[in-house]
Amino acid sequence: MEKKLYSINAIYHTPNDILHAAKAVKDAGYTKFDVHTPYPIHGLDDAMGLKETKLGFVTLAAGILGAVGMISFASWVAVKDYPQVIGGKPYWSWPAFVPVTYEIAVLLAVLGTVGGMIVFFFKFPNTSHPLHDTTFMKKVSSDKFGITIQAEDAQFDEKKVRDLLKTTGGEVEAIYYSDEFLNFKPNTFDPKFILLLVGISLATSAGGYLYWNKVLYLPPFDWMVEQPRFDVQSATDYFEDGRTMRLPVEGSVARGFIPYPYKLGVNADSVGRFLVNPLLNTKATLDLGKRKFLTYCSPCHGNFGNGDSRMNGQFPNPPTLHSDKVRLWPDGAIFHTMTVGQNVMPGYQYQISREERWAVVKYIRTLQRAYNAKESDLQ
Amino acid sequence: MSSTVLDYSKEIPVIEGVPTAASLDEAIVKPINDFPQRNWFIGLAITGTMLGIGGISLAWLLWKGVGIWGINQPVAWGFDVVNFVFWVGIGHAGTLISAILFLLRQKWRTGIARFAEAMTLFAVLCAVQFVIFHTGRPWLAMAWLFPYPNQHGVWVNFTSPLEWDVFAVNTYFTVSAVFWYIGLIPDFASLRDRATTTIKKTTFAVLSLGWRFSNRHWQHYERAYLIMAGFATPLVLSVHTIVSFDFAVSVLPGWHTTIFPPYFVAGAIFSGFAMVQNVLIVTRKAFKFEHLITMDTIEKMNKIMLVTGTMVGYAYIMEFFIAWYSGNATELFVFINRATGPYWWAYWTMMTCNLVAPQLFWSKKIRTSLLASFILAIFVNIGMWFERFVIIVTSLHRDFLPSSWGMFIPTMWDFGLLIGSFGLFFTLVLLFVKFLPAIAMAEIKAVVPGAQPSHPSHNGNGTSH
Repeated sequence: MEKKLYSINAIYHTPNDILHAAKAVKDAGYTKFDVHTPYPIHGLDDAMGLKETKLGFVTLAAGILGAVGMISFASWVAVKDYPQVIGGKPYWSWPAFVPVTYEIAVLLAVLGTVGGMIVFFFKFPNTSHPLHDTTFMKKVSSDKFGITIQAEDAQFDEKKVRDLLKTTGGEVEAIYYSDEFLNFKPNTFDPKFILLLVGISLATSAGGYLYWNKVLYLPPFDWMVEQPRFDVQSATDYFEDGRTMRLPVEGSVARGFIPYPYKLGVNADSVGRFLVNPLLNTKATLDLGKRKFLTYCSPCHGNFGNGDSRMNGQFPNPPTLHSDKVRLWPDGAIFHTMTVGQNVMPGYQYQISREERWAVVKYIRTLQRAYNAKESDLQ
Repeated sequence: MSSTVLDYSKEIPVIEGVPTAASLDEAIVKPINDFPQRNWFIGLAITGTMLGIGGISLAWLLWKGVGIWGINQPVAWGFDVVNFVFWVGIGHAGTLISAILFLLRQKWRTGIARFAEAMTLFAVLCAVQFVIFHTGRPWLAMAWLFPYPNQHGVWVNFTSPLEWDVFAVNTYFTVSAVFWYIGLIPDFASLRDRATTTIKKTTFAVLSLGWRFSNRHWQHYERAYLIMAGFATPLVLSVHTIVSFDFAVSVLPGWHTTIFPPYFVAGAIFSGFAMVQNVLIVTRKAFKFEHLITMDTIEKMNKIMLVTGTMVGYAYIMEFFIAWYSGNATELFVFINRATGPYWWAYWTMMTCNLVAPQLFWSKKIRTSLLASFILAIFVNIGMWFERFVIIVTSLHRDFLPSSWGMFIPTMWDFGLLIGSFGLFFTLVLLFVKFLPAIAMAEIKAVVPGAQPSHPSHNGNGTSH
């Protein structure tokens, strides 16, 4: 393992000595040097020629971000996304947002300052510096004061540096390091590390799943899950027919519902004479009829009522709606067929409302007219 | 301190004698490296038992729900909120000592700052458990406390004092924790270099983040410390102000008063100093820190208790005066009922402990006596707990309609959780003094006589120690 020179160091015993030594090193023109003291020493920043720290700008930026972000967020919630009238106040009661805004501004400012300082100013965490675990470090972490002049410095010359430090009264020593040690960096794609990440994610997912889906349904957390009540579509011993859901009393009619008096099997033609289409030929009616026709009728009858089913023979094809029989039927006969069904066609009264059925009749009439157009229609 | 006439032209030294930096390290690291004394284990057994009582009460609470407490209509806030306000208040002393006294350049704070900061964290932890568990189903509490996008499309109410409280207490805890940790970094590095075992060395190396005592780092570090102290100072005032808003923003007689914010903040500092004083006197004795935490420090703490205690007493009397002066019959009834109603004993306990007891500190003999300081601090703690009890329970138990009047009678589970919170607090304190440096090593070294250059070669240095 090849050892390289990191720095030449000197140890001093009093704060006065270190102050003078730092000044001497700075005056000699070195730039890559550092002073290590167990606690901050007054006047050392000036002696080393350090510029004022710019940490305050990080604080300012983070604090402004917190303040602006929080009051914008609270305003968006209160005005746009979840407007609630609280205490009869306007939605945007901004004075009431001041406390949370203040707290978040302080929180971000402090976290930004500390995080910025540790990561960007210190480049921490870094536990593999050449100075770590040396007698030099052990001295300066207790009660001594030290200077390091790094070999990287442009005007570094080992002999000159040693002489300079000796004249200032320090105990001179040198720190060596091996590349292997200094350049030690954790390998991101180390299989063990990847395995650890996978393990953590699996454990987190499993924990989250267990918590939200299992633990919260265990006693005592489940007292609102198991409730003494009947659910729809479930069985019970309480009623004789074994169902929780009850039928309405015989003969009861829902509000606004008009019962359809004619049953399946009654001749459509004869029923049709008693029923009149209540709708007018408007665009809205035809659009509604078209939409319902395409949804409910077209799968069997075809998009234009030709009886060209899209069911590929899984269901018998119905006859065309352009036959003379259907064309000459009164509106009511088509309505009746739609309502109660005919042959293999089921009734559609539960899927298509009364008004919609009359609209579909209008649309079928339009199709029939289009298929049997006369020359005179062009004029 | 033997002479009765003080020479105020000289600053009183922060620590007694002229110890070397190495001997300071030795004294502070000793409890960490030594096998603990027998007394430490006895203490831990006692606090552990208290913590166990709290654990059982908590388990039963989770199983049965908050119905096991004495709360009901009209007194829906009982020991839960009393304990919350009490513990949050305790925490305030730590931030005051570490931040406000730092900004005021009070060097005597150095010996007790680390300790008080740790107590802040522990006290806030104790406080937070009560507000979390009094929600009833705390495992779902995140949904009610924090604004996060959810499938219900619902957000928290940012105009509610209770929501302000969530933000204030969380910010306070986070900032206190960061402040504490930043202060610990150089000490972790010292411990790393003094570690005797590999486990300790690795742990402290990781915790120190690789601190190298470089002056290029100290420069930013000191500025960061100053900035954080600057932020923590208004923060600590805002936290108990917002806690007082929980009451003051309502329209209940006895709560709806504008004096609450300053009165609560003064009370918080008052009770916090009392708690710090209690723990401090025991630790100082147990770990032989008499030369680092001097009698002068204890006396100064007593003076702050005298000041804040008098402020709190003024607030009590002023509240009563305004109740009469406002001409509001309901308000006046609430206050007369406090002093003469069914909870008269709580009110007079509060008055005796908070208003009368600290007045004894006017006497120099009493405030420089360890035993008297210890006992009076306990009185203050009891009094401040009763203050919150009086404010919450007596304001609620007489509703507007006499048909809705009721009483609050705490159950054994109320007391179980209260004991448990003290158990948690003192257990954490005991673990802290054993495993972490109880006194800030880097800070105390900087205030030893001769620690700074005798003739600074430059003026206008911006450092703050």
